[in-house]
Amino acid sequence: MSAKKTAAKSNVSAEELLGHYREMLMIRRFEEKAGQLYGMGLIGGFCHLYIGQEAVVVGLEAASKEGDKRVTSYRDHGHMLACGMDPKGIMAELTGREGGFSKGKGGSMHMFSKEKHFYGGHGIVAAQVPLGAGLAFSDKYKGNDNVTFAYFGDGAANQGQVYETYNMAELWSLPVVFVIENNQYAMGTSVKRSTKSPSLWERGKAYGIEGEAVDGMNVLAVKEAGERAVAHCRAGEGPYILEVKTYRYRGHSMSDPAKYRTREEVQKMREERDPIEQIRSMLLTGKLASEDDLKAIDKEIKGIVNEAAEFSKESPEPALEELWTDIYAKVEA
Amino acid sequence: MATEILMPALSPTMEEGTLAKWMVKEGDTVSSGDILAEIETDKATMEFEATDEGIVGKILIAEGTEGVKVNTAIAIMVDEGEAVPDASAAPAIAAAPLVASTPAVAAAPVAPVMDATPDWAADVEVKQTTVREALRDAMAEEMRRDEDVFLMGEEVGEYQGAYKISQGLLDEFGAKRIIDTPITEHGFAGIATGAAFGGLKPIVEFMTFNFAMQAIDHIINSAAKTLYMSGGQMGAPMVFRGPNGAAARVGAQHSQCYAAWYMQIPGLKVVTPYSAADAKGLMKTAIRDPNPVIFLENEIMYGKAFDVPVMDDFTIPFGKAKIERSGDDVTIVTFGIGVTYALKAAEKLAEEGIAAEVVNLRTLRPMDTETILASVRKTNRCVTVEEGWPQGSVGGYISNVIMQEAFDYLDAPVINCTGKDVPMPYAANLEKHALLTADDVVDACKKVTYR
Repeated sequence: MSAKKTAAKSNVSAEELLGHYREMLMIRRFEEKAGQLYGMGLIGGFCHLYIGQEAVVVGLEAASKEGDKRVTSYRDHGHMLACGMDPKGIMAELTGREGGFSKGKGGSMHMFSKEKHFYGGHGIVAAQVPLGAGLAFSDKYKGNDNVTFAYFGDGAANQGQVYETYNMAELWSLPVVFVIENNQYAMGTSVKRSTKSPSLWERGKAYGIEGEAVDGMNVLAVKEAGERAVAHCRAGEGPYILEVKTYRYRGHSMSDPAKYRTREEVQKMREERDPIEQIRSMLLTGKLASEDDLKAIDKEIKGIVNEAAEFSKESPEPALEELWTDIYAKVEA
Repeated sequence: MATEILMPALSPTMEEGTLAKWMVKEGDTVSSGDILAEIETDKATMEFEATDEGIVGKILIAEGTEGVKVNTAIAIMVDEGEAVPDASAAPAIAAAPLVASTPAVAAAPVAPVMDATPDWAADVEVKQTTVREALRDAMAEEMRRDEDVFLMGEEVGEYQGAYKISQGLLDEFGAKRIIDTPITEHGFAGIATGAAFGGLKPIVEFMTFNFAMQAIDHIINSAAKTLYMSGGQMGAPMVFRGPNGAAARVGAQHSQCYAAWYMQIPGLKVVTPYSAADAKGLMKTAIRDPNPVIFLENEIMYGKAFDVPVMDDFTIPFGKAKIERSGDDVTIVTFGIGVTYALKAAEKLAEEGIAAEVVNLRTLRPMDTETILASVRKTNRCVTVEEGWPQGSVGGYISNVIMQEAFDYLDAPVINCTGKDVPMPYAANLEKHALLTADDVVDACKKVTYR
C-alpha cells in the first residue's frame, strides 16, 4: 500500500505527508472560498485569511493529543479547521447564519468549540495570551497533563500583557505553548519597523522560558518543534515559546490594499517556500503519491468546501429572539 | 464550466467602485492569486486577485468604468476549449436577504410589586460581624463547598490581604487555592478569565477597583462578552472583587466609584453590598453564579459591624433590594456606602417630620426597579444617592426608569445626589467638599417635598 511507504528524506510516512497535504489544502481552499463569499457580500465586516500560514496550525495540531486546548486571535479559520471543527459551521458563522458555531452572533473573529477545545477567536490583540495561560492554569489545577496552545502574532508580541503572562506562566509552571506566528507584518507594520529586538522568542529568556524559532513554511519542522514544546510542558517544566516564521499571502484583512510590501516579495515566497507545494513535491518526487492521487484529494476538498459554502448560504439567518439569548448563563436553583 | 467574476466588495462598507485597470486581457490564462484588475474604492486602490485557475473568456466591464456596483459581473472565466456563454443569460447571484428590525419591548402595564420578604427569619440567631469578616467567611464557606473555587490577587496569601479580607484563608486552603500574584492586573485578570473558560470558578481580588482599570479589557471584552460571542457555549463563572470608591485622603487615582461603569455592561452582574449581611449573602450568591460578577466593596465599611444571621448557608438573591427604613414622604434610592448617608439623612428628616423610605439596591445589575417603582408610587418623590460622578450616573439611569414607568406618580423632579464633578482632591477640606454628605441628601429631600 503506497500510503505506508516512508519518505526517503525525513523518515515520514506517506500517510502522514498526505494527511498534512490534505489539511493544509483544506485551509487554503476554505480561505479562498471565504474570500470569494466576502467579495459577493455574503461575509461582512472583517475577514482575516490564513492563506500562506497553513503549516503552522497543521504542524502543531499533529503534535497535540485529545484534551489539549487552543486559543488564538481573530485570524482563526485555519486553527478551527485544523482542530477538526466542521467547515460548514465555520463558513455559516462567517455568513452570520444560524448554523454557525456561534449561531451567527460571533462572526469571523469570535468562534468557539467546547467539543474541540477551541477557546476562540479573540478580537483584542494579545488578549488570548493570558487567556491561554489561564486555560493551562485550569488544567494544572485539575491535575491532568493537557497542554494549551496560545497562538499570537508578531504584532501582539509587543503588547504588555504578553510579558505579564510570560512572568506568571513561568512562575507557576503553566503547561502552555506560546506560539508566535511571525508572519512579518502586524497589519501594515513590518517587524523591523516595530522593534529593535527582532528575535521574538528570545524575549522569553528574560523570564526563564525556553523556546526556539521554527521554519513555519515547513510543516514537518513545525511538528517536530511542537513535539519538543509539548513534551516540555507535559513533563511539568512550564511554558515553552515557539516563534514560527511564516508569511501571509493575502492582506491583513479583506480591505487591505497591501502597499507596505512589494508584489515581488509575496510572489517569491509563494513560489519558493509555499508549505503546500513543499509537501506536494515531496510526495511526487519520493513517488509516495501520483498526480492523480493528489488531484483526487484536491477534488474531494473542493467538494467539502463547496458544500460548506452552500450550507453557509442556505442556513437561515438567526431568529430575532437570538438577539436576547446567551447574555447570561442560567443560575441553577 | 464558465464562471462569472463579480465586482468584489473590498471593504466592509463598499457598495460600488471604479474598475481602474484590467491587468489581464481576454484569452489570458490565469491561476489562483494572479492579479486580475485594480479596483478603486473610496479608501484605496486595491488589487483584485483570481481565486481559481482558468481563461479570461470575456471582459464585461471596460477599465475606467466608475460606479460599478458590488456583485455586478465584470468578466467571464472559462475552462480550456470552452465557449463564452451569453453574459445576460448567466444567473445572477442573490445576496442574502437583510432583515432590519428591532424587537418590540413590551411595556408592563401591571403595577410593580415590592418583594419585602426578610433576608432571614425572625427567630434566627444573629451575630455582630464586620463586613471584613463576613466577606472572608463567605469565601471560606464557598471554597469548602466547591473545590473549583480559588482566590487570586495581590497580597491575598502570605500578607493575609492588603485589607485583611483573606485573613486565615492561606492557612486553611493552601497556596494552590489562595494565590499571590505579581503586581500585574491586566495579566492575572486575563489568566483568571482563561481559567474560568477552562471550568474553574476564580475569585479575583483587586487591591482597589482603581487598579482594575488595567484589567478592564479582560473584564469586559473577555469575561462579559464570551458567552454571547460563543452562542452560549462557554462563559466566565467568576467574581472580580475589591474596594471601590473613595477611602480617605488617598487622592484622585485611588478614589473613584466604578458602579456606573460596570452597571452598563450586558453580561456582567454588579453587586454593591452595604451591610455585613449583604456582604456575606451576596458574596456566596456571586461565587455560585455562572456569570462574571463585579463585587464592589468599600474600604470604609470593612470595619463596620452588623447583625449577620448564624446559618449554615445564608445567601441573598441578586435583584432584590432591601427597604432599610420605611416612610411615606420621599424615596431615597441608594447602594453601598450611600446607604450610610441615606439612613443618616432619614434620621434628620424624621426630626423635621419627613418620613423617608430608604431603598438599598444591593445589586445594580440586575436592578430591582420593581421595588423602586412601588416605593415611588407611594411617596411620589425620589432622591438617588451615590458617591460617583453625576454625568452617566446610576441615579441618572434610575431617574430615566422612573420617568418612563411612573411619570404620572411624580410630584417633583427626581434629584440625583452624587459626588462633586471633580477628581478627588487630597486636601482634607477640599476632599470633604467633594464627597457626598448626609446634609446634601437632607437638602435634596426637602427640595422634592417642597419643605
